[in-house]
Amino acid sequence: MMILSGDRPRSRILSVLLLVIVVALAVTPFVFPGAKAMNVATKICIFAALVASYDLLLGYTGTVSFAHTMFFGIGSYAVAIALYAIGPSWGAVAAGLAIGLPLAALLALGIGLFSLRVEAIFFAMITLAVASAFLVLASQLSWLTGGEDGRSFTLPELLRPGTVFIPKNVLGTAITGRTLTYYIVLVGSAAMILGLLRVVNSPFGRVLQAIRENRFRAEALGFRTVFHLTYANCLAAVVAASAGALNALWLRYTGPDTTLSFAIMLDILLMVVIGGMGTIYGAVVGAAVFILAENYLQSLMGAASTAAADAGLPLLPGLLHPDRWLLWLGLLFIASVYFFPTGIVGRLREMARPQAEG
Amino acid sequence: MTDLLTLTNVHTHIGRYHILHGVDFAIPEHQTTMLLGRNGAGKTTTLRTIMGLWAASSGQITLAGQRIEAMATPDIARLGIGYVPESMAVFSDLTVKENLVLAARDGPLDDNRLEWIFGFFPALKRFWLSRAGGLSGGQKQMLSIARAIVEPRKLLLIDEPTKGLAPAIIGALIECFAEIKRSGVTILLVEQNFHVAQRIGDAVLVMDNGRIVHRGAMAALAEDTLLQERLLGLSLEAHQ
Repeated sequence: MMILSGDRPRSRILSVLLLVIVVALAVTPFVFPGAKAMNVATKICIFAALVASYDLLLGYTGTVSFAHTMFFGIGSYAVAIALYAIGPSWGAVAAGLAIGLPLAALLALGIGLFSLRVEAIFFAMITLAVASAFLVLASQLSWLTGGEDGRSFTLPELLRPGTVFIPKNVLGTAITGRTLTYYIVLVGSAAMILGLLRVVNSPFGRVLQAIRENRFRAEALGFRTVFHLTYANCLAAVVAASAGALNALWLRYTGPDTTLSFAIMLDILLMVVIGGMGTIYGAVVGAAVFILAENYLQSLMGAASTAAADAGLPLLPGLLHPDRWLLWLGLLFIASVYFFPTGIVGRLREMARPQAEG
Repeated sequence: MTDLLTLTNVHTHIGRYHILHGVDFAIPEHQTTMLLGRNGAGKTTTLRTIMGLWAASSGQITLAGQRIEAMATPDIARLGIGYVPESMAVFSDLTVKENLVLAARDGPLDDNRLEWIFGFFPALKRFWLSRAGGLSGGQKQMLSIARAIVEPRKLLLIDEPTKGLAPAIIGALIECFAEIKRSGVTILLVEQNFHVAQRIGDAVLVMDNGRIVHRGAMAALAEDTLLQERLLGLSLEAHQ
């Protein structure tokens, strides 16, 4: 259990759920080889890491930040601009990472030192303002960022879809540069999540939990809480920027809508709440549930609506019409927050607790 | 006997309220000093001001000759002050073990010291890996005190440790404080229960309206019921 930092799922159902998600993601290129399935699986990997890094802030320190997409965007733009400017090489990817990750950490350090010593609401407002300014900046500096159109770029040869490693039929699928990119995303995201699990289960993680519960009490024990909060903010920013870099590699494009928009920030918030705050595992479950619902609910409802119409049931075909998928998605989220106030992971652990103690 | 902690003309404001009006006292080394007074007299504010949780508006606070009134709370704590706030202040999401590990800033827990603590509070050993939030009120108070003494400290500031606790647990706490004092630690203890105070204290300070209105030996106050009634408005019977 060293790989999980001693922090086990603590629920048999959760263990099975996580195992299903991990195995499904690992075999996606061979078992679900279509473009949509691959995109969904990649998005789950990237958002699981991104949401886990947000959980470090919200779940473990109680800090609400609206700048997380900004750090995601910094990583994404850094790799995109480097590949666009230098050309498709691994050196360009490395240059993008070497600029993007420290830049994200520095910005997080600045925001943290400036605003984490005061009220939490002030930090939230500062992050909102900085993220808004960054979004405007990314749109305005079109010579650098491509403006509203964003930046498309070419990947190093090994990662291109046209690069074929094994031409035919590993379980009916050719292994290409796209497959390699997918596994880079999968392994990179898994490494980030496992790293975060290690952080939250370290003595540093315990101090963060203590600060979340009562900051003054933690200070009275001798902990410099501003230092701890700022360090957590920097760590979360670096992980978010790394997830952004993976996102750029997968999409071969970076623009304001794919990285910096507030819609993405809302999605992150929903995923962390649905999965369960302060667990890290919740990020994996929340990202999987949210992204699967976002992508497959409409077609599921179409099938259910047709089946209901064929069975001659009243009302249901209309209610389940695929055009109403957003309404049902909203209701699903309200229901999940109502029935699982501690998130799916929190609820599953609560259910498992009496069995463990009994 | 030298003084470990000295407050000189300390004033504290909380918002627009002037709470401490020139508090003056000295706490002698290796003694237990009781800080008594009615509700709202300024006892908790005094402890929080010493810890830097509320900044002193003016005046001097000195710990072992070092001025601390302008220092940040973590730096004050690192000088060797253990603070036990009122209301059973534990980190409820962490286990008993994690609460104590957190308080041992200078490294791993000392097994001998831990056994010494388990000697007063065996319940902590029993619930070692349980969440602190699930402990009873008395056990939480024990954990809160254990956290303050898990490493050697020069000075302990303890705020109303017996509030709302059963008599058996209060007895265990009194024994614990006596043992801590024997180990050479200086204690400043806020207590409402005079019966408890007179069993623990060497010296006594009485506060009213943000000022020290009496200082002296605990034994002298314990013998003088008229003085008790005048200073504290209490009779011993009511507090037994």
